Amino acid sequence: MAPLLEIKGLKTHFATDDGILQAVDGVDIALNKGETLCVVGESGCGKTVTAMSILKLIAMPPGRIVEGRIMFEGRDLVPLSSRELDDIRAKDIGFIFQEPMTSLNPVLTVGEQVAESLRRHEGLSQKDALARTVEMFKLVQIPNAQARVHDYPHQFSGGMRQRVMIAMALACKPKLVIADEPTTALDVTIQAQILDLLQDMKERFGMAVMLITHAMGVVAETAQRVVVMYAGKVVEEADVESLFESPRHPYTQGLIRSIPRIDLDSKQKTRLEAIGGSVPILINPAPGCRFAPRCRHAFARCAEQEPVLREVAPGHRMACHLGDTQGVTS
Amino acid sequence: MAGSTLAFPSAERRAYSPWRETWRRYRRHRPATISAMMLLVLIVAVVIGPFVWRIPINEIDVIAGMQGPSLAHPFGTDDLGQDILARMIYGGRISLAVGLAAMMVSVIVGTLIGALAGMSRGALGYALMWLTDLFLSLPQLPLLLLLIYLFRDGLKATFGPEGGIFILIVLVIGGLRWMPVARLVRAQFLSLREKEFVEAARALGASPVRQVVRHILPNAVGPVIIAGTIDVAAAIIAESTLSFLGLGFPPDTPTWGRILFDAKDFLDIGPHWALFPGGAIFVAVVSINFIGDGLRDALDARRVI
Amino acid sequence: MSQYVLRRLLIAVPSLLGISLVLFIVLALAPGDPFSELATNPNVPPEVAAALRAKFGLDDPIHIRYLRWLAAMAQGDWGFSFVSRMDVDTLILQRLPATLYVIGSAQILALLIAIPVGVYAATRPYSIFDQIANTFAFIGFSLPTFFTGLLFILIFSVTLDWLPFVYSGDIKATGFRWLFEQIRQAIMPVMVLGLFQAASMTRFVRSAMLDVIRLDYVTTARAKGLGQAKVIVKHAMRNAMIPVVTLIALQMPAVFGGAIVTEQIFRIPGIGSLLISSILSNDTPVVMAVTFVFACLVVLFNLIADILYGWLDPRISFR
Repeated sequence: MAPLLEIKGLKTHFATDDGILQAVDGVDIALNKGETLCVVGESGCGKTVTAMSILKLIAMPPGRIVEGRIMFEGRDLVPLSSRELDDIRAKDIGFIFQEPMTSLNPVLTVGEQVAESLRRHEGLSQKDALARTVEMFKLVQIPNAQARVHDYPHQFSGGMRQRVMIAMALACKPKLVIADEPTTALDVTIQAQILDLLQDMKERFGMAVMLITHAMGVVAETAQRVVVMYAGKVVEEADVESLFESPRHPYTQGLIRSIPRIDLDSKQKTRLEAIGGSVPILINPAPGCRFAPRCRHAFARCAEQEPVLREVAPGHRMACHLGDTQGVTS
Repeated sequence: MAGSTLAFPSAERRAYSPWRETWRRYRRHRPATISAMMLLVLIVAVVIGPFVWRIPINEIDVIAGMQGPSLAHPFGTDDLGQDILARMIYGGRISLAVGLAAMMVSVIVGTLIGALAGMSRGALGYALMWLTDLFLSLPQLPLLLLLIYLFRDGLKATFGPEGGIFILIVLVIGGLRWMPVARLVRAQFLSLREKEFVEAARALGASPVRQVVRHILPNAVGPVIIAGTIDVAAAIIAESTLSFLGLGFPPDTPTWGRILFDAKDFLDIGPHWALFPGGAIFVAVVSINFIGDGLRDALDARRVI
Repeated sequence: MSQYVLRRLLIAVPSLLGISLVLFIVLALAPGDPFSELATNPNVPPEVAAALRAKFGLDDPIHIRYLRWLAAMAQGDWGFSFVSRMDVDTLILQRLPATLYVIGSAQILALLIAIPVGVYAATRPYSIFDQIANTFAFIGFSLPTFFTGLLFILIFSVTLDWLPFVYSGDIKATGFRWLFEQIRQAIMPVMVLGLFQAASMTRFVRSAMLDVIRLDYVTTARAKGLGQAKVIVKHAMRNAMIPVVTLIALQMPAVFGGAIVTEQIFRIPGIGSLLISSILSNDTPVVMAVTFVFACLVVLFNLIADILYGWLDPRISFR
């Protein structure tokens, strides 16, 4: 079966004062119908730009999709104009953004912001669109939905605004929802509620979810498959069990080691490890593996030759030279 | 580890001194660079002009009146046959001097009021900001006219016709334009007051005056320079407007606005008489505004493409 | 909302009082007696001058004089113009419509130019259109109104002979002819003032749009597939107008300055040219009153801007 969404060799670059920023530099991601895929990585690794590139929501210029294909239901989205993409936006692919505080228009009622999408894509009248909006609000458990559609965003809490965003993304029953760090900006207690709501909605509507996050905890809880990104490239891809059981790439291993564990008793506990250094700036990056400067296993070849994604187990791929010569244990 | 130093290619280019970096960015603003040269030409022309172009400004020759540009009179002559170029060189000195002096008045007053408002946390700060807002909503030109109407005779008696009106115009224009500077300075104070280096200076026992002069004001210099530049242009326009309305400098002082005032009733027979001084005002103002724009680009480090 | 308007009205009162105080202080500080001309003016009977002096109580303490002056102004007792031989308030009411007509039309013209140009330029930053628009805007607000006025007269009246350069208060025609002449003679003054305003407004609109266009909610709107036009007009513009309203209100004092110059150039019988002629003829009560009227107009426009602001931004009324 062909995947619902297949990103192949995507390169999205930005023109800056200091040169070309290679934010996304050859990314492959595939996502099947009804599947939940997590894209994980540190901030600045290109995961948001990848997601925004799918519907061309990045600012162009300075951003530009330089290379690659984005196949959605067998159709390449890259050559489409913004006008052509408008029929796919929200209708087939819904988007949930990171910042519920700033992602809603402050001068329009929340009901109108959901309803306008329904009017555009389903051809509903003003009245019917509002009625459907009220339904959606009830579905995402906004109390007193009938009255609250007439309120403005500043009258909602962060968690409630994110529910509005979810209602907005799901209103036209899209086949794919892209959620870009939907819980990062929220309180911890609210985070769990929003993730639960997303799971609920996914089961109800049977859509595929692409969840972008930097929190390994969220990945473990929600994902079926995981893509790990580093510095604009995919470094590892696997289903969630094998990724957590046998992470192959040193970066993934580092990410997993940085999760606090409470299931071990205190004798087994080791110090929580952080990965030293930070994501490199992606203007004229050095040749070789981009993780090499921070990698404790790096050797001469890492600085010279860029590793490519290769299958290390069925359905498990990674990009590191280590597996080529020796087993990865740590 | 071999590759432990990450490649930050941009880091090396940042090694310039801040002023060189500012200059580098300023030069990238092409209209601003051209404007700076034009303004320089204008300044040089009015400063050394009288030594090169020696026709007196008030040599009357009615027979040679209302002539268009010629070799003898490159900018033509007015109704009394006076040489317009000579008059414009003289008037340009006054117009530019008024602009610079009024700018200094507004920057000094604005910095003082802004610093006072920024330092005091109590009622004084609020009162000063209320005063600033009040001044911002005063109708400037009517008030300017009113002040000149009421005070010109007194000052004329003390400082002579030209000096008196110069002092008056500079004080009044400057005194009605200090508000943006005051706001900028105060904003800098509020944002810098709690910053670490100021706290550190305070902890080391620096006196308030020393804190302000050494640590806070230098940080406000960028925005104040930009506001001051635009003030020069605004003051030149204000002075020209007054003179154009016949209420600025006395008739025998040919500022650019005054020449326009004299020329405006002869547009049909001597358009050159109005076009040259009007063009000079425009060139001066547009250059200064472009310079301000270039400085804004150069001094505002936050700007990205 | 009505509570908000009421609150704004109350805030306008202290600024009016402040402005009146500034005006009064200026008058009081002026060297010499501003009414001394009355004594030498042959048009003024000595008993009127004496009555005026008594009414203004020039020897009383300054705060008493201020309060008395304020009370007289508030009651519409603005004094008598000896040059025009009529009450100042009647004179000003006669002249005010022409001023408001020119300023209002110019403001509308400026908005009609600035909003589309500024918005379009902001959606294509650094494009050819943006650069041309920017250059024109820059030149536009660097050209003083007195020079553009003269240039327009030179081009459209002297050279092309299309438009009259003297504005007439009473046109001797009726019906459509009257309307046509009325519009024809207003074209140049309105253009001069309107283009000057449009130049700075275009820059405001462009920069406000540029600020808004990269905000998250505009991306949200684009993600809904609404189409570029709707995203810009419904989501970005509505928000960008909020700061623009404030900036336009801050520009109003400069607009009145431009109006005075324009009225003077085209000899429009408004309060601006009245101010100039009163200054030239030393008609103090009229000078004071016109200045005060201009100040009131600034406060009025600030009030209108505040109300517009509250209407545009739902967050305001609830605060």
